[in-house]
Amino acid sequence: MATAKAADLVFEERKDFIMTKGKQKKNLKCDSDSLAGCVSQRACVYCGARVVLNPITDAVHLVHGPIGCSSYTWDIRGSLTSGPDLYRFSFSTDLKEEDVIFGGEKKLALAIDELVEKYHPKLVLVYSTCIVGVIGDDLEAVCKAASKKHGIEVIPVQSSGFIGNKSAGYRAACDALLRLIKPDGIRLKKTSSINYLGDFNLAGEVWIIKNYLRRLGIHVNVAFTGDSRFETLKTATRASLNMVQCAGSMIYLAQKMEEIYQIPYLNISFLGLEDTAASLRKTASFFNDESITASAEELIKKETAVVMEDIRWYKEKLQGKKAAIYVGGGFKAISLIKQFREIGIDVVMIGTQTGREEEYQTINDLVDEGAVVLDDANPSELEKFMVEKGAHLLVGGVKERPLAYKLGVAFIDHNHDRKHPLSGFVGAVNFAREVYSTLCSPVWKYV
Amino acid sequence: MLDCTSKEIRKRAGGAINPAKTCQPIGAMYAALGIHKCLPHSHGSQGCCSYHRMHLTRHFREPVMASTSSFTEGASVFGGSANLKTAIKNVFAIYNPDVMAVHTTCLSETIGDDIPSIIKTSEVPEGKLVIHANTPSYQGSHITGFSNMVKGMVNYLSRATTEVKKEQVNIIPGFVNPGDMREIKGIVEAMGIKYIMFPDTSGVMDSPLTGRSVMYPGGGAKVEDIADAGNSKITLALGSYASSDAAHLLERNCGVPEMVLKTPIGIKATDQFLMALRQGFVKKIPYQMEEERGQLVDILTDTHYHFHGKKAALFGDPDVVIGLTEFLLSMGMKPVHVLTGTPGGVIGATVGDFEKEIKELLSISGIDGRVKAGGDLFDLHQWIKNEPVDLLIGNTYGKYIARAEDIPFVRVGFPILDRSVHSYLPIVGYRGAMRLVEMISGALLDRADRDAAEEDFELVM
Repeated sequence: MATAKAADLVFEERKDFIMTKGKQKKNLKCDSDSLAGCVSQRACVYCGARVVLNPITDAVHLVHGPIGCSSYTWDIRGSLTSGPDLYRFSFSTDLKEEDVIFGGEKKLALAIDELVEKYHPKLVLVYSTCIVGVIGDDLEAVCKAASKKHGIEVIPVQSSGFIGNKSAGYRAACDALLRLIKPDGIRLKKTSSINYLGDFNLAGEVWIIKNYLRRLGIHVNVAFTGDSRFETLKTATRASLNMVQCAGSMIYLAQKMEEIYQIPYLNISFLGLEDTAASLRKTASFFNDESITASAEELIKKETAVVMEDIRWYKEKLQGKKAAIYVGGGFKAISLIKQFREIGIDVVMIGTQTGREEEYQTINDLVDEGAVVLDDANPSELEKFMVEKGAHLLVGGVKERPLAYKLGVAFIDHNHDRKHPLSGFVGAVNFAREVYSTLCSPVWKYV
Repeated sequence: MLDCTSKEIRKRAGGAINPAKTCQPIGAMYAALGIHKCLPHSHGSQGCCSYHRMHLTRHFREPVMASTSSFTEGASVFGGSANLKTAIKNVFAIYNPDVMAVHTTCLSETIGDDIPSIIKTSEVPEGKLVIHANTPSYQGSHITGFSNMVKGMVNYLSRATTEVKKEQVNIIPGFVNPGDMREIKGIVEAMGIKYIMFPDTSGVMDSPLTGRSVMYPGGGAKVEDIADAGNSKITLALGSYASSDAAHLLERNCGVPEMVLKTPIGIKATDQFLMALRQGFVKKIPYQMEEERGQLVDILTDTHYHFHGKKAALFGDPDVVIGLTEFLLSMGMKPVHVLTGTPGGVIGATVGDFEKEIKELLSISGIDGRVKAGGDLFDLHQWIKNEPVDLLIGNTYGKYIARAEDIPFVRVGFPILDRSVHSYLPIVGYRGAMRLVEMISGALLDRADRDAAEEDFELVM
């Protein structure tokens, strides 16, 4: 059968991207271009840039290109807002054949004019798509002119799809953000004000973390980019620390801000009890302030107590189950391994779309002997290893869900389609509940 | 929320706000999934392929397999020929489909890759096929892309090999759900007529869960059948936008007469579909179909007072919207706003004029409605603000307008991302019409119940 054949075979060229812990000595290959002809689960530069910037709630997000790129990204992120909702509208220059032949600059300028007149935004982000890179529209010039004309920020995002993978898009987004951030002179030395990077407020996760930090006496100046607005993003240099949750998308911005504005950064993770507690302690110790440290300990103690009984209950039910993980970045993968351990589940297969070498090293240190680690996997590989390793559950995104279901394997979305916050102590319980409700659903009896 | 739409209508020229269409390649990908053991291939950046698979997966809740040429900066400077050649080699070596269906993207079209020449000089294993369609994203819409890929199937696969045409009908179903394709096949089978349907995504995009992983589910039109379509007696193209170009090509290349019909939505269009089958093959309409029609008429008379005079706004893909408009009119409703995102009169396409066709339908019923091809949902929302309606029908994106204006909303079309099961059940044929009546009356009566004052809240409606 064709299926069996496909599953048995793994591309010769793909072998360096897959390893089994305990079997190979060399490092996993990653951060390369996908193979032509692969059913890759990866996305493009534009996708990376768009998902990072889209949560800016009061901006006009204008996609310069044919309609598709704008259609597919219309309000798919699940980032919540505390007010403005302009970011949930889909704006496209909807380039047609004549624009491709004669250039799209005029239409872009016109689109900006019309949108500014209609919505009076303070910020317009103009995303470049594949075709713009090829027909040679001067995005910089058009944005500069529009910015001058309307007296607002019009920032180009250099996100032509073919110039790399999703990681390059994260970088393009960070570059756009860097243009936005300008020191406003109100830099307060050594305050307890921080920026929170790499949380997109899916299901309101930023709000949970902000609340925790407030209880520690730490003020979140602005989150990048969950529930953020133009005015607050501009004040980013007022913070004395950048906390980085999703390192894959935001570490570049943190590094740049350290370089340019001497704002140090900390890698933290609020996924799972262990990492949440560790991150709160790490943050507290940065400030070297006894009251913050005491508050952190109190919060950890209190919140852990609230959720521990639930977690124990789920752990009892889930003990011995095996999970497979396929997510976007390495940072999330690492936290998930620990989080699964907290509820009694072993990770037998783990992969990412865009993990980095050091992240794969950490993953390899964390997983048990025999676990399969893979970079930029295709569906056949995911299926092969899920079956081979006897996974009961897959964690992934949109495209992986039906793959798991078809195999009779449970699934949870740890991506844009999550419906409950998965951050912090409360998120750890939500996570356990989601895992339990899919793994222990009666529907699997009929497969 | 999401009420960022102003009432005052001003002319716009700078692109789309809240699109009512998407780009060609996804239509081509969906069409290609309707060939048995076919792997669609996206010749462009890997993001395109990823987006199309994601979007289709969200609508159908099924795995969608498709490969990509994974363009890099080099490919877009030097051309994508090397990428496509490597892709063809890899796809057959690993995924082993019978057919690889290549579609282009805005990127590969703009850099000007000559797909037929690349295919000719590629290593394609014995007995395997590579077909292609040009699907520049900056022309038309996903419907155009679907049409182009179906045309590609005829171009590459269909041949006239017999002197006398066979007693069989070709059915090109258009961009509809697998549930619709099953219903259409059921009707032709009930008529006792041999048929070839292509593309046919039933059994692919609604495949059963078996606990085993299958790269190529059992459904889909077989290559030998698409080839044999060149020997059929007649082609019925259902929906001019998605199907007529392929039917036309089949007539030109293989001498199979074409007949372009509406997508059989509602009683009139389904009647016409049955009549076309009966005339083409001198068959009697079977009792089963007479009974279904009679049931539908019964339902319509039982419920007509719920619908009469109700104003509706509808949007979606042109073939489906044309069928729906006709059906709503036959129910006594007033479709006062009718919009499609697909432009009318696309370069190189032979399809008709959406606006003219809808206006003719409306004028027969004495309705002066707003009609637009190539519109977007910002347009539609503005129209509704200026002339409110009792019902909105369209794809998932209509929910923003429905919420902002507090209008009952029925989900029909592509994509539907927030509800399930829809792709398994038909809107075509008499039974599809029954389902539409159930959905529409359910939405209207739920609203009546919700809004009823305590003393007006009724048990029997």
